[in-house]
Amino acid sequence: MHSAQSDRSGRFWVLVAVVFAFAAGAFAEHQGFLSFAMEHPRDIFRLLGQHLQLVLTSSAIAIAVGVPLGTLLTRGFMRRYRDWILNLLGICQTVPSLAVIAIAMVYMGIGKQTAIFALVIYSLLPIIRNTVAGLASIDPVVLDAGRGMGMTPWQVLLRVEYPNALYIILTGIRTSTVINVGTAALSFLVGGGGLGDLIFTGIAMVDPAYMLAGAVPTAALAIALNWVFGQLEKRIISPGLVYEHHTTAA
Amino acid sequence: MIRLERVTKIYPGSAFPAVDSVSLEVAEGQICMLIGSSGCGKTTIMRMINRLTSITSGTIHIGDQNVMDMDPIQLRRQIGYVIQQIGLFPHMTVYDNIATVPKLLWWDKKRIAERVDELLDLVNLDPDTYRFRYPRELSGGQAQRVGVARAMAADPPVMLMDEPFGAIDPINREVLQEEFLRIQARLRKTIVFVTHDIDEAIKMGDKIALLDAGRLIQFGSPEELLTKPKNQFVKDFVGADRTLKRLNLLRVKHAMLRNPVHCLEEDPSEKVAEKMIEQDMSYLLVTDRQGRLKGYVNLYDLRGHKGTVGDVVRPLSLTVKPDTNLKDALSKMLSYDLGIVVAVDDAGRLQGFLNTRTLFSVVGESYDERGGHWGRITADGRIL
Ligand SMILES: Nc1ncnc2c1ncn2[C@@H]1O[C@H](COP(=O)(O)OP(=O)(O)OP(=O)(O)O)[C@@H](O)[C@H]1O
Ligand SMILES: [Mg+2]
Repeated sequence: MHSAQSDRSGRFWVLVAVVFAFAAGAFAEHQGFLSFAMEHPRDIFRLLGQHLQLVLTSSAIAIAVGVPLGTLLTRGFMRRYRDWILNLLGICQTVPSLAVIAIAMVYMGIGKQTAIFALVIYSLLPIIRNTVAGLASIDPVVLDAGRGMGMTPWQVLLRVEYPNALYIILTGIRTSTVINVGTAALSFLVGGGGLGDLIFTGIAMVDPAYMLAGAVPTAALAIALNWVFGQLEKRIISPGLVYEHHTTAA
Repeated sequence: MIRLERVTKIYPGSAFPAVDSVSLEVAEGQICMLIGSSGCGKTTIMRMINRLTSITSGTIHIGDQNVMDMDPIQLRRQIGYVIQQIGLFPHMTVYDNIATVPKLLWWDKKRIAERVDELLDLVNLDPDTYRFRYPRELSGGQAQRVGVARAMAADPPVMLMDEPFGAIDPINREVLQEEFLRIQARLRKTIVFVTHDIDEAIKMGDKIALLDAGRLIQFGSPEELLTKPKNQFVKDFVGADRTLKRLNLLRVKHAMLRNPVHCLEEDPSEKVAEKMIEQDMSYLLVTDRQGRLKGYVNLYDLRGHKGTVGDVVRPLSLTVKPDTNLKDALSKMLSYDLGIVVAVDDAGRLQGFLNTRTLFSVVGESYDERGGHWGRITADGRIL
């Protein structure tokens, strides 16, 4: 399915970007954004760097926690609690991101750690859920073959399960990371820095140029990361898992 | 050697045993065919041998080791397992699929590459065409052959093969069976082989284990199953044509009349004709001095012919090898109206002669249904 879909979603994103660029360009010029950006490139890049760091750190931690956790939920005795835990996490996800950040701040005070912690919590669910779904989607016969040939449980996991579940897991990571770019703007509120600085200051000062200087790079970052993941998928997912009829159906 | 002693499997939550106190022994280097209707416990037996399924009671030994005392991982690496649903790894190429166990055993790259090609040849898939295909690019039969190659990759002394040729067309299946038996004659692996096809069981098995509802109904050589079916169930299973099936087990050399009467091509026709009349023969085989079959003559052609038999000899295409099985020989016999086939060796030398009578004598030999022979029947119509 995914080759056709990524094709289509690729085209979709290009279209969005073009429309967005035109609209934004006209609008930005009108609001004085371009001249602002020309005057403060350093600040914008510094905040973009901070933003990227927030996103990458929290997403990396979320992956490092979420994938093993999701894997654990498909093993042995944990399987019994799987649906229960996923439901619970699903409910947690309905808590608005702003509230998560606020709650984190209550316990951890102000600073980058708080922001990262909240972002990790918020990124976790799609990763866990897709890891579980990916691992559960594998034909049990294939796992049986692995065990029957004398693979250890670890070898089955690393050589058979992950490679086969990779597409679904990566989709979870991609979704989570792209959302994370937006959520990370909120970390300014707990002193985490990032492009939220410009956005919220702009809102407070009712200065569209300021606001756009934060919003435009945020959107660009989300689009860029999405593209990177698309490329990654193409490179690391086995061609054996791409189905012919899905490409022709496009 | 694989030995099962009173092995029973009761799946949790099931009232009846899936395998019920089965005892059987597969000698080193032999093929044991498991056969029986769907759900009779064949796969379960296999999976208890490599411990993919736990044993409820009873013991299984491989060699002199109880499998329960062995590390399951080590055990499985020594056993080639062809699973019923094939189960190729969809994310790996044919090459990587076959290389799975060698990689687990840390073979070096060159050795693996050679082995993969060798195995692909063995299962009749051209290495250059198929090596880098993915399972989704294979037909069911091709995938199944890759499955067999994968199980054989590390040359395990024991093989469990769950319907390995099930998805392969009859022609290719026959080729693979022959090839498999040829390899087996050389490698002498100890094999448990599941099949639904009684002909395959008879052809491939040293022993056949016939199962029904988890119980072992009869365990013996194909010959035994065909000639001494234990009860009606076995009779029904091997089929009403079990006499014909026995023909599969016997070779021409077992049934042929050795040193049949014949003449040489340089013999004078007249003399030969005289002899034939004397002995009430209408056809006669002809060879050259080296004993090579030249064909046959009939009395009609020889009558009044001045010259040698060689001038009037007719070619005979109804030849078989002494090692041909009797079923093929009979089929050849039936497709011409002479009612005979002639056995020649690779050099074309006359070895023996087979007609319905010699066939009958060997098939009837140990096959005892009351009724026996009718004796001689002539075509004289009303007898009084
Ligand atoms: N994991 C399982 N849990 C419960 N019952 C099972 C399980 N696997 C098999 N059975 C039951 O055990 C019996 C034997 O199954 P098995 O798979 O050994 O049959 P089989 O002889 O291989 O059949 P087939 O020829 O269709 O492959 C069947 O009645 C089946 O329903
Ligand atoms: Mg089965």
